[in-house]
Amino acid sequence: MSASDADPLIQMQNVDKFFGDFQALKNINLEVHRGERIVVCGPSGSGKSTMIRCINRLEEHSAGRIIIDGNELTDKVKDIDAVRREVGMVFQSFNLFPHMTIAKNLMIAQQLVRKTPKGQAREIAMHYLERVKIPEQADKYPIQLSGGQQQRVAIARALCMQPEIMLFDEPTSALDPEMISEVLDVMIDLANDGMTMIVVTHEMGFARSVADRVIFMDAGEIVEEAKPEEFFDNPVHERTKLFLSQILAH
Amino acid sequence: MSFDLYLIVESVPLMLSGIGITLKLLVISAFLGLLLAILLLLMRISGKWYLDWPAQVYIYVFRGTPILVQIFIVYYGFPQFEFIRDSIFWPILREPAGCAIVALSLNTGAYVSEILRGGVLGVGKGLLEAGSALGMSARQKFIYITTPIAVRLALPAYSNDVISLLKSTALASTITIADMTGIARTIVAETYAPYEIFISMAIIYMAFTWVLQKSFGLIEGYLGRYAKREA
Repeated sequence: MSASDADPLIQMQNVDKFFGDFQALKNINLEVHRGERIVVCGPSGSGKSTMIRCINRLEEHSAGRIIIDGNELTDKVKDIDAVRREVGMVFQSFNLFPHMTIAKNLMIAQQLVRKTPKGQAREIAMHYLERVKIPEQADKYPIQLSGGQQQRVAIARALCMQPEIMLFDEPTSALDPEMISEVLDVMIDLANDGMTMIVVTHEMGFARSVADRVIFMDAGEIVEEAKPEEFFDNPVHERTKLFLSQILAH
Repeated sequence: MSFDLYLIVESVPLMLSGIGITLKLLVISAFLGLLLAILLLLMRISGKWYLDWPAQVYIYVFRGTPILVQIFIVYYGFPQFEFIRDSIFWPILREPAGCAIVALSLNTGAYVSEILRGGVLGVGKGLLEAGSALGMSARQKFIYITTPIAVRLALPAYSNDVISLLKSTALASTITIADMTGIARTIVAETYAPYEIFISMAIIYMAFTWVLQKSFGLIEGYLGRYAKREA
């Protein structure tokens, strides 16, 4: 069941999220169309991660509606599975399965979730490992790779499921500086290929060059949403200005 | 005080003749205890109170009472109940060895389930989230992510428990079983030479422990191969 191309791929309508008494998301409204690249930034604790984690149901939203490519996220396992099949995610801490080789990391979900036969799963795995430029690491274990390589594997692993949407939750925050660009290069490559992406990051260079829109969040709200040039050159809100002055100061 | 070497040379083979029974108690109890532990673990992590609570009570009772008392209750206590004498378990509970195995299994199961739970809790939350994000079901995540990692994490503590169980099998000698310790006690009763006999017996248990320790070390090395930086 696929909605037409004109409809937004992701719709969040009046979404609230509470952790106990703490309101992590306040009335979030967001639409993302096919092929759009969105960068989300904001101070820590502002709800950026929580927002994208609601999109693939790693967090359950408390109120409002989330509709992914025509499928509304409800409590039903069927709906959650349908959404997760379309949404890939990359985490700050890579989260590669430590007890599996790189190739197996890329194959396991294909085999279990998509029921892809082993040989074909391996071919797909190798295709995406080549795409992130580390096919020679296929038979190593994650611990034997550098942080940058592990994160590229994590991206390849998500791509193996052929998602419509890719979510990135601070993908370069846990990396040593010299490894950041190798991961950003893969993400830029992906963006150029037309992947729909939501990226939580503090890499403002990436935001400026790749994003169609930049979203600034603070205290659980979307404060400002603009094209990168407007966002960086003429921010409207005081909170955005303050944040940008802090993050661009160094 | 004299130390009779000849007596040691003479009695060690006798004690070793009980190794079969000691091994039988150890292997069967460890196996049944592990099955019980897995069941208790699944109850504990089911997230359902009506499974979790009974498991917690069970674990509390069996960790909260001496194993010797548990052996006595099974051996002396159970036969008093007619429904036990009439049950299909009677052929097992009629035999001292059966009683020892039942008591040891019930006891070790309680400890091992908590060891396994420690392993399960040690599996990084992020890994399970990665599994969810890839669309894996709860069952698939448990089988392919949680279990292999938890087993690796729990192994050192588990080997500790198996070694401890080896020593607990010596308690079976209190209910007439002729395991290594049982035989040693008989020899002591005949020779009045506790020093020689019990020291040689201690050395036999230590040798046994060494074998167990080495075996678990090999398994740990194999299961932990992914945790080494050099291939």
